[in-house]
Amino acid sequence: MTNIIQKNLIAVAVSAALGTTAYAGEIVINTDTSDPAPKAAFEAVIAGFEAENPDVSVTWNLFDHEGYKSSIRNFLTADAPDLANWYAGNRMLPFVNAGLFASVDDVWEENGLNDSLASAAGSMTIDGHKWGVPYTYYQWGVYYRKDIFADLGIDVPTNWEEFKAAGATLNENGVTPITIGSKYLWTAGGVFDYLNLRTNGYDFHMALTKGEIAWTDDRVRATMANWLELIEADFFLENHAAYSWQEALPPMVRGEAAMYIMGNFAVAPLREAGLTDDQLGFFQFPEITPGIELAEDAPTDTIHLTANAKNPVDAKRFLAYLARADVQTEINATLGQLPINSGSTVADDVFLQAGFEMLSNTNGIAQFFDRDAPAEMAKAGMEGFQEFMVKPDRLEAILERLEKARQRAY
Amino acid sequence: MSSFAKYWKANQVRLAPWVFLTPGIFMFLMYVIFPIFQSASLSLYEWDGLGEKEYVGLRNYVELMDDEAFYTSLKNNVIWLVLYMLAIPGGLFVALFLNQTVRGIRIYKSLFFFPFVISQVVVGLVFTWFYDPSFGLLNVVIQSFGFDPIAVLADERFVTYGIIAAGLWPQTAYCMILYLTGLNAVDPEQIEAARLDNAKGWKMLWYVILPQLKPATFISIVVTVIGALRSFDLVSIMTDGGPWGSSRVLAFYMYEKAFSEYGFRMGYGAAIAVVLLGIMLVYISGVLYKMYRDEKGL
Repeated sequence: MTNIIQKNLIAVAVSAALGTTAYAGEIVINTDTSDPAPKAAFEAVIAGFEAENPDVSVTWNLFDHEGYKSSIRNFLTADAPDLANWYAGNRMLPFVNAGLFASVDDVWEENGLNDSLASAAGSMTIDGHKWGVPYTYYQWGVYYRKDIFADLGIDVPTNWEEFKAAGATLNENGVTPITIGSKYLWTAGGVFDYLNLRTNGYDFHMALTKGEIAWTDDRVRATMANWLELIEADFFLENHAAYSWQEALPPMVRGEAAMYIMGNFAVAPLREAGLTDDQLGFFQFPEITPGIELAEDAPTDTIHLTANAKNPVDAKRFLAYLARADVQTEINATLGQLPINSGSTVADDVFLQAGFEMLSNTNGIAQFFDRDAPAEMAKAGMEGFQEFMVKPDRLEAILERLEKARQRAY
Repeated sequence: MSSFAKYWKANQVRLAPWVFLTPGIFMFLMYVIFPIFQSASLSLYEWDGLGEKEYVGLRNYVELMDDEAFYTSLKNNVIWLVLYMLAIPGGLFVALFLNQTVRGIRIYKSLFFFPFVISQVVVGLVFTWFYDPSFGLLNVVIQSFGFDPIAVLADERFVTYGIIAAGLWPQTAYCMILYLTGLNAVDPEQIEAARLDNAKGWKMLWYVILPQLKPATFISIVVTVIGALRSFDLVSIMTDGGPWGSSRVLAFYMYEKAFSEYGFRMGYGAAIAVVLLGIMLVYISGVLYKMYRDEKGL
């Protein structure tokens, strides 16, 4: 624990030291993009911005991805940078409520972002104001072993019956239908998102994560009943509670499991592990309740102007630059993700193209369970999902616990 | 001579210790005593670390009394306290075993002490792999006897015991080193006298060796109890409190509520810390009482 406190103190000290040296024409950006691809993407964006705006110099503080989640709270209150990256939806709500993010309605107005970034406008709006600029998102869905499906003569399932039948065929042939590692809980949140979106639709899902619907509601039970069908049909990897999401990849690579309900970031490690595009495929999570519009999970990453920024004028120039179509094309090509700007082009990658096509045809985009629901509810919920996947007979107790958490959290 | 210098001269012996103690006392007050009161007062507030603090009286404690996760953590803490004590006989056994003059004994001693030197994080990772249901050594052995593999860390029945076993590895080494130094101080003449009286084996250990090891045993108990109560790193590394929170201990639960990604309920975390402090106080006052009695001359 002392370690974490120390880390925070260092983060505060660093941002304090850097912050006090800021002068007009300099902006400070804090990001958590410490993984290789995001880091390279931000390097390029900042270099591009500085080349176009020689009067502004950018100071960029790079934080460790996990440590950032607690250090952002410190540097926003202690000595704020001008810009900081974060996530859309309910995740930014605490900072908006605490008055630490500034609204950027004028950036949206002046640069026509209400049109070009329209798809993410909803998730950036709180109390009728825009609180940042989204620059990337990625699809969730089912990644599957094309070659195994072909060998066993399984077609890509488009509805619930076909999905269950596909799983049954896989099980008969000794292949686990779905691999998952639920040690860190959020993967189970993804499965719930899709089952609930498909069983009850987007509006219900959003109302549930906003705390407007009781967890003991019959419609939630219907979702859990569908989940139970999969659990009883041995759909999920055995002992998944012992694995992280990365540790659940090898069974898929070895061909012992055929599907993975995941975000697009799973493609890179699967390719590195040796799967070619002939072996690895993607399909949209199949329909469950006929007639319900297919909504998707597509978490959006964002950059925010801080309320205590020293140089908001130049910071807004940076936001406008980042929102531009050509800049988003470039940054997302490096990230391996999808641009928000409707004028951008999607990189020439089979999974990105598939995701882009899917998301262009949907009207409902959810952020993800732990971004749509407030932190406390998200934690209780995902823990309950993990427990349900191992001990489905405890459904009643779990739902009651979640209902108790809901009444506390909202 | 000024009056201050005179006063100093007259009371130098009485004052000097306090002058030397001042920095230590200041640090202790600043970094130990003051934060204790600070968290106690924080536990009466609802605070997310960002906005305004809201005074809620004892509501955090009332909620704690009705919190399943709190009782799970409390129960696990008790299991930790009890089972962690196995490190003491374990350490004694290894120390007795290693307390001989054989060629290269220093190397063996170092090897047995090794788990205490490496980081708890590494111990946690090693045991996570050891327990891994698909390739872990434990399950390879179990399967070779024809049983089904056990996912120790994914099963709420075994998970706490699995983590304690991992914790016992370095803790036994710690107790071993305490006993080894204790054994060096055992009086050879007493052993010789006991031999003449025909004492050997268990009797020798129980009536002659162990009483002389009493100080080492006392220190072992102290460090083991403290180790059990602050068990945090292993839980965090091996299971992250899971599956579904069944391996949490109080220290970890407090961290989760106050500092983790889904936490930032500072008041609630502080309330858990206060309860943990209460448990430690019971134990610490016991230790202090015993030390006080010992110093008075039994």
